Amino acid sequence: MTNEYLIAGFGGQGLLFAGKFLVNKGMMEGKEVSWLPSYGPEMRGGTANCSVIISDDPVGSPIVSRPNVLMVMNLPSLDKYENDVKAGGKIFVDSSLIGRRVERSNVDAYYVPATQLASDNGLSGLANMILAGKILKELGEFEDEEAVAASLKKVVSVKHPEMYEKNLTALKMGRDYQA
Amino acid sequence: MAEKVLMKGNEAIAEAAIEAGCRHYFGYPITPQTEVAAYMSKRMPKIGGTFLQAESEIAAINMVYGVSSTGKRVMTSSSSPGISLKAEGLSYLAGADLPALVVNVQRGGPGLGGIQPSQSDYFQATKGGGHGDYRMIVLAPASVQEMADLTMKGFDLADKYRMTAMILADGTMGQMMEPVEIKKPQAQAFDKSWAVTGTRGQRSHNVVNSLFLSPDVLERTNFERYERYRLIEETESMAERYLMDDAEICVVAFGIAARVAKNAIAEARKAGIRVGLIRPITLWPFPAKQLAAAAQTCHSFLSVELSMGQMIEDIRLAIECKRPVALCNRAGGIIPSPDEVYAKIVELAKNGGADK
Repeated sequence: MTNEYLIAGFGGQGLLFAGKFLVNKGMMEGKEVSWLPSYGPEMRGGTANCSVIISDDPVGSPIVSRPNVLMVMNLPSLDKYENDVKAGGKIFVDSSLIGRRVERSNVDAYYVPATQLASDNGLSGLANMILAGKILKELGEFEDEEAVAASLKKVVSVKHPEMYEKNLTALKMGRDYQA
Repeated sequence: MAEKVLMKGNEAIAEAAIEAGCRHYFGYPITPQTEVAAYMSKRMPKIGGTFLQAESEIAAINMVYGVSSTGKRVMTSSSSPGISLKAEGLSYLAGADLPALVVNVQRGGPGLGGIQPSQSDYFQATKGGGHGDYRMIVLAPASVQEMADLTMKGFDLADKYRMTAMILADGTMGQMMEPVEIKKPQAQAFDKSWAVTGTRGQRSHNVVNSLFLSPDVLERTNFERYERYRLIEETESMAERYLMDDAEICVVAFGIAARVAKNAIAEARKAGIRVGLIRPITLWPFPAKQLAAAAQTCHSFLSVELSMGQMIEDIRLAIECKRPVALCNRAGGIIPSPDEVYAKIVELAKNGGADK
């Protein structure tokens, strides 16, 4: 079993952090994992993305070119990567930032107004984790809430322990969101 | 066993260097290796080491020369254009027989080029870069774990043979995170009786220098150095063999290219094609014997590179052009996709080694 995630949007939306959380969770569960960010000029205000692979087998190329999970937080990313998603894959869309629907019919699309939910609930900047919560839910990986919390604890900066609760709240909000 | 942690490749190099006893780092920022310097700037002051951001790459490599002369473990890191600036210093280190660890997290060139991953400094690393007859031990990691392990090994090899060991990585290896275990190095004693550490009036003074105006003496130092190089070629080459036992096609790739190639090989195997991989871990010394052995059983070779085709020359030399060697390459910061490599493998399988 191999899950290949592509997480894409604008720089500053916490895409790399969301990826770091997912990859850390995979590692703590004993999976083979890799995390590869885009780096360079696009990080300074343009589009950013990161490739995450979580697998039962050793990871070959860490570059995700055919994701089975795509999380997008801006329109250019949906335009760019929609057709790369494997048939039967899942696309998670921040519908407060992306006006259009997924055009493909052979993938599952999930729409979460994550940025709106975040700002309505005092979780500004945590739309990334709301979407991550939804991803875990739909992959059936949120059943063990303790594992989710433990992995989150590992990636939240020790300098900002207060962010742990907020991130956890955001993850649960994504899990519980019903369209 | 220590717990595995998630680290970027660049950070793994830095932590492994510290664990290997390196307490002196000199560098200058450049994408995509800056995390090495950033990590050192945080850690070195806490453990009584030196982190110094030099005024240039040239200054940094000469600071390496200075510290190495005293017998201490020392390193610098940079990316392609920065390594070109260090080339003079690399030649001087060789001429003075000084050990050092130099890291090149490659980006696309030539010139300032770009900042995306590349392997186009293969020639520079394995054939020279600086002037004069010299070699560097060149190690090519293909995982974050190897970024750490080969850094430790690089320090040992540098000390053992009194020469520069280079980690030749690329932007992907530097930027990606994978679980890594920073192992405890085995304590080894290396002869540093040549170091300039002060005589305390108790021995004659040592000289560390690369200037030999007498041709006889200079020739002798070259011949002696090449004796050492020959020994290294015989004993230190390393390569990973992957699915080679029944292989008819031998893919040769290092670093990130080898990982992409493994995906393609897995697909090709599903299609019934007998293909394997030899992944050089040392680029110098090049694992020529393993390749020559593969030429006995494989009908074709495929070099996968993030360059216009540099290692392919060493493959042809190693197998004495007995088999055709094809190239699958991208350049300028682009990484070949597994599909591209797969297509080349299928093509070679159809030809069966018939044409060059």
